[in-house]
Amino acid sequence: MKSLSKNTVACAISLATAITTANAFADTQITVATVNNGHMIEMQKLTPEFEKANPGIKVKWVTLEESVLRQNVTQDIANKSGLYDVMTIGMYEAPIWGQRGWLEPIDASGDYDKKDILPSIRSGLSYDGTLYASPFYGESSMVMYRKDLVKAAGMEIHDNDSWDHIRDVAKAVNDPDNGVYGICLRGKAGWGDNMALVTTIANSFGGRWFDENWKPEINSPEWTKAVNFYVDLLGKYGPPGASSNSFNENLALFNEGKCGMWIDATIAASFVTDPSQSKVADQVAFAQSPQEVTKKGANWLWAWALAVPVATKHEEAAQKFVRWATSKDYVKLVAKDAGWAAVPTGTRESTYQNPNFLEAAVFAKAELKAIKSADPQDSTLKPSPYVGVQFASIPEFQAIGTTTGQMISGALAGAMTVEQALNNAQKAAERQMRQAGY
Amino acid sequence: MTLNQQRKLKTLITGLFAWLVALLLFFPIFWMFITSFKTELQAISVPPSLFFEPTLDNFKVVQDRSDYLLHAMNSVITSFGSTIIALIIAVPAAYSMAFFPGKRTKDILLWMLSTKMLPAVGVLVPIYILFRNNGLLDSRIGLIIIFTLMNLPIIIWMLFSYFKDLPKEILEAARMDGASPWGEVVKVVLPLSVGGIASTGLLSIILCWNEAFWSLNLTASNAAPLTAMIASYSSPEGLFWAKLSAASTLACAPIIVFGWFCQKQLVQGLTFGAVK
Repeated sequence: MKSLSKNTVACAISLATAITTANAFADTQITVATVNNGHMIEMQKLTPEFEKANPGIKVKWVTLEESVLRQNVTQDIANKSGLYDVMTIGMYEAPIWGQRGWLEPIDASGDYDKKDILPSIRSGLSYDGTLYASPFYGESSMVMYRKDLVKAAGMEIHDNDSWDHIRDVAKAVNDPDNGVYGICLRGKAGWGDNMALVTTIANSFGGRWFDENWKPEINSPEWTKAVNFYVDLLGKYGPPGASSNSFNENLALFNEGKCGMWIDATIAASFVTDPSQSKVADQVAFAQSPQEVTKKGANWLWAWALAVPVATKHEEAAQKFVRWATSKDYVKLVAKDAGWAAVPTGTRESTYQNPNFLEAAVFAKAELKAIKSADPQDSTLKPSPYVGVQFASIPEFQAIGTTTGQMISGALAGAMTVEQALNNAQKAAERQMRQAGY
Repeated sequence: MTLNQQRKLKTLITGLFAWLVALLLFFPIFWMFITSFKTELQAISVPPSLFFEPTLDNFKVVQDRSDYLLHAMNSVITSFGSTIIALIIAVPAAYSMAFFPGKRTKDILLWMLSTKMLPAVGVLVPIYILFRNNGLLDSRIGLIIIFTLMNLPIIIWMLFSYFKDLPKEILEAARMDGASPWGEVVKVVLPLSVGGIASTGLLSIILCWNEAFWSLNLTASNAAPLTAMIASYSSPEGLFWAKLSAASTLACAPIIVFGWFCQKQLVQGLTFGAVK
């Protein structure tokens, strides 16, 4: 009894103290919800500069795992609870939420220079010509490969090779006995995981998510051929357990020197060429994404951007912060603090015109070329009614993409055939679209 | 083999088995702990490296990036606060059901337990809207309320079973000596079941400390506990295992130390029924 009462008293005292000393904020406090990545960490670090330049505004950060962030900001925005004043959203959400009136248009006043933002990124974050989210980094996809291994195998890789050539290289480089796999690709289920890559392959093979009447085409001959190719390629020349690998798992494998090739987000280029985290930093080369029957939609386009929800109680301060964090001056500030190789890329033309940046980032030209070549308005061989390269910018896509991703991941793991997987996905997509009233 | 030798062998085998199970259970924590001292490259290396030059960089990053003290304080306040409130409600509830059972007591107990069978996500939207309308989002009070409600059924069940094991004759004797119902609880029931109450409280604290679903959904910056801090180190694009391990180590440390100090009560409470 003695020890219990001691504990109880201690707890009660700490509870009372903490409650009475609870939060008291004199300034305008804005809360920024974001994902955990290098650029965001840098932004967090530089926030005191913003606070110094804008006395009276305090910035609080909430960093969340990507799926939790999506869930939380959707909840916050749909219920207009106003927990967040600035939120990090992707290219998929920006136009949909803009259309629904959930976001404030970005205030592009002052020296923001909207025209400096790369056109494809700007259009992907706009609805009806209005910019609803300001990009802080953009990315496309490209081939990253080990020039030493490819050369030793007597092969070459060029920009926009055919997928068949990529398979030949993967076969030549593949040496599982020595722990080297021909190719590493995303296999983990998710519309932003395996489906980002698989959609670009399907685009290249002439497929599309929906026809002009919004009828899903997931089990079309083009998709079937593309997914069979992907499952065969990754099954034969990929690492074991590829169906559970996504960006981070492949990054770890590549940096450990276990992948001959890796086709993924351009942002990876800065990681695989960084000697502090990659064992093969000096052996990496880049090429534009492979193509097959069409050059359209071969590489994806994505941007993480800052948006201001309409429920915010501090719109002026939030807009100020967004303008600061995605400005040209911010890029220079990062360069001053962490060097030009660490600046956020894929957003502004001016960044790629800076000779210091071009010198520091060996991947800069390949990245810019990939981003510029992606066109969300025209990404399929046959005409399609949707905007987006690796996704269709409609609310129903998230569920359709995730289900299809699960099916294809199942096929990759050998749980079903590709045909079964695609038929299942097609049925689910048809049901989803019917329910949505298409 | 003599009887003595047989007994020794049996003790040895049981001991070895216990050690094996204990090591197996402890391994993930051990691995998390040593990963927190690795660089990101060492953390992902295959085969995993057991011998390496330890670094404290990850802890430095966590200290720089996260307001550890705020998160830890939130965890302490919400888990202790909700446990105290839950015990205040649960002790009289369990007492009345154990010593004065009615016709429907069993049904009530089962009904209470059935609320734990509903997946939390099923009531997320209504709870979220209730919290929003009452200004409880991102507040410690809000989390304390939800944690209290979340653990009440388990606490009442545990206390009910402890109280039920108390011999009724002692209470009768107290009543004959003129004890009021309040005196009966405070002077007889509570001292007799202190071990059970302590272990119930400890279990509740641990459950609250480890809770992530409601913490992640109902808090943002001000009331986020340590579980939310850990979640912030998972990254969609970039290596993060070592930093995540450092954040987890820092989050686990207080509750492990607390559990260590309270071991006596915990074991005493858990074996309460067995030794009687």
